[in-house]
Formats: sequence, structure tokens, C-alpha cells
Amino acid sequence: MSDCQDSLHELYRYLDGELTEDRRDKIQRHLDGCQPCAEPYDFEAELRSVIRRKCQEQVPEALVAKVKAALVNEASKPPDQQPTA
Amino acid sequence: MADQATFADQAMDLMPSLYAAALRMTRNTADAEDLVQETYLRAYRGFAGFEQGTNLKAWLYRILTNTYINSYRAKKRRPEETELDEVEDLYLYRRIGGLEAAMAGRSAEDELLDRFTDAEVKEALESLPENFRMAVLLADVEGFAYKEIADILDIPIGTVMSRLHRGRKALQKQLYEFAVQRNLAAPRDDTMSNTHV
Repeated sequence: MSDCQDSLHELYRYLDGELTEDRRDKIQRHLDGCQPCAEPYDFEAELRSVIRRKCQEQVPEALVAKVKAALVNEASKPPDQQPTA
Repeated sequence: MADQATFADQAMDLMPSLYAAALRMTRNTADAEDLVQETYLRAYRGFAGFEQGTNLKAWLYRILTNTYINSYRAKKRRPEETELDEVEDLYLYRRIGGLEAAMAGRSAEDELLDRFTDAEVKEALESLPENFRMAVLLADVEGFAYKEIADILDIPIGTVMSRLHRGRKALQKQLYEFAVQRNLAAPRDDTMSNTHV
């Protein structure tokens, strides 16, 4: 395969940090000199960052309180009432 | 061996991330809250078995996932689609990437992606069939490695990779539909002529 085909083939494994250092360096060198390949890489990286940022959630305070209360309640149970995991 | 007393300190900080994942899994707040609470209870009871120094977040996600599969998925009425249409690689880039960038410079492309609302991105992710949704959520939102996802979902790494590959493309297709609906992008059936890669 050509360097360009290689680079597309390994795009996600590169962005996912799943390539060996050697492969990673080789792709990086190719991207440095090949704008048509670097563009989709940049696009996919930006998309990933947008997805991550926009899927964040604020935990309802009531849920935090409920979980804390449940754990306190669990801790106060006599040992023979505590189920084993 | 881990002390239950230290559980709260270490695990409570991870709740925003677990709650977000629970929402994407259950797709409603009431079930998501129940799922998070049940996960923390189970984790607390089993914390003695957690090996300190290993990945607490991955351990909690495994419990979250198992709890979801055992307790909540069973409640669902409609059967879950398990297959996805075939979608080409770089689906979104080929439609809104190079074109926008060529017209107005790199920053326009980043802005375009940023114009998707939180609700659209969440809905696009939630539209994926469950197997694909879980893989994409764990990789793209939570940043887990393939091996960690394989452990959390109890599937081979090759299956993780194929679900990610297809799930990501389907997510891009859904995002593109939102972009067209809101006139952020022009509808088009063909791919761009810029098919260098």
C-alpha cells in the first residue's frame, strides 16, 4: 500500500493512541509532508473533541446526595446483612 | 485489597462521567439515576476485590455496563437493531470537511463542527444500536483504550475495533443529517471529487 493508503487505514488507531511508536512516527512523518492526508486527520481529531465536549453532563445534586446516603446506609448495616459482591 | 472507607473519596469524583454514560445507555434520566446508584452500591460492596493501583474508572464502567445489561436492558420493549447500513469511510469529512476548509480556511471547519448542539451530538450517539453505541461512547467520549473496552464489554479486541469503525461512521451519518436539516450543510448524494485518500 502507498503511504497515503496506509495513513488512512491507520487513522483511527493513530487517533486512538493504539499504534506502536514506530508506526506512529512513520504516520506522523507522512502527515507532516502530505496535506491531503493531514486534513482528514485534523477533521477527525476535531470531531472527536467536539463529541467528547458535547456529551458531558452535570450530575443532579439530588443524585449525589442519594448515592452518598445509600452508601452510608450500606456501611451502617451489620456485617451479616451485607451481601457479598 | 482495598478499604471500603476510601471508596467514596476515589469513586465519587467519577460520577459525572458515569452519569453521562448511564444517560447514553438508558436514554432517560430516571433510569440513568437508578443505574448510577445501583452501580455505586455494587461497587461499594465489591470494593474489597478492587486491586488498588489498577484502573478504578475502568472497573466502575465494567460494573455500570454489567448492571445495565442485567437490570435495565431487559426492561426495553422494542428489540434493539444490531446491524448498521454500510457507510463510507470519512463520511462527514467528505461532505463538510474539505469543502468548507477550501472555501474559508481551516477555522471555518472547526466552527462548523462546533455548531452542532449538545443535544444533536447526544442524540446522534444515542441513535446507534446498543453494541455500537457502547463502543463509541467508551472510546470517543471516555477515552478508554481498546484493551480496556474489550475488558469492560467482555468482547475480543477485534470486535471492539469493528464496532468502533462502523459505529463512528453511522454517528457521522446521523450528524450529517442534522447538519442538512439545519442548513449547516447542503444535501448531497455524491462524494466530493477530492478523494485523494
